[in-house]
Amino acid sequence: MDIKVNVRPADGETRVIDLVGEIDVYTSPAVKDAITQLIDEGHYHLLINLEGVRYIDSTGLGVLIGALKRVREHAGSVSLVCANPQIKKIFDITGLVKIFGIFETEQSAIKALA
Amino acid sequence: MTVQQESESVNVVELRIPCKPEFVSVARLAVAGIANRLHFTVEEIEDVKLAVAEACTNCIQHSPHANEIVLTSEMAPEELRIVVRDNGGGRSGGEESAELGGGRLGIFLIRSLMDDVEYRRDEGAGLFLRMVKRVAGST
Repeated sequence: MDIKVNVRPADGETRVIDLVGEIDVYTSPAVKDAITQLIDEGHYHLLINLEGVRYIDSTGLGVLIGALKRVREHAGSVSLVCANPQIKKIFDITGLVKIFGIFETEQSAIKALA
Repeated sequence: MTVQQESESVNVVELRIPCKPEFVSVARLAVAGIANRLHFTVEEIEDVKLAVAEACTNCIQHSPHANEIVLTSEMAPEELRIVVRDNGGGRSGGEESAELGGGRLGIFLIRSLMDDVEYRRDEGAGLFLRMVKRVAGST
């Protein structure tokens, strides 16, 4: 099991982070490192694409919450792209759906951020 | 992994994994196979996988002296009963002490996804977490 992390620019100041694989206690440090590096470089508007993620647990959620806390100190944002119903369910039952912008497609997320 | 038949209608599977992050996926895969033997939906199997992974993660993050996690799954006709234990020792305590260290989100998820949950930290033993998932339609 592994996680693949790819970072690319989107329109404007936003950086897209593509994640592919499973995010758990073993793989979440790699996700955290990538996000921390982006924030340290001054990128405060992040779009995290979870379309390729098959599984996420509380450690993965913790990484996303940590990222949101950090970018908000700089008036930034974290938006998520997620269409997987099982993963959306996790955001629903934890109430995180209320603090993250969650979009069905990357296109709709970018349109909303513009 | 050991399998035994406790009674005619209950099969027991015990899995021992090292208390290390890279083995949580092994526990997830094993419990998915076990849950698949009962009449759970795909969504319910995903719930059980996540709950077991959260329990293992709790052991890894909050039992620094543990080196082994033991998962015991009892497959009854209408429910799956899972006990997750570690050998981390430590002081005894109820749910409050089991949550110490910031694991509340994980415990919250387990409670949300499973039907019954009981957990505690036993004196000199370690974390004990028992959870039950009932097959939909059973009473």
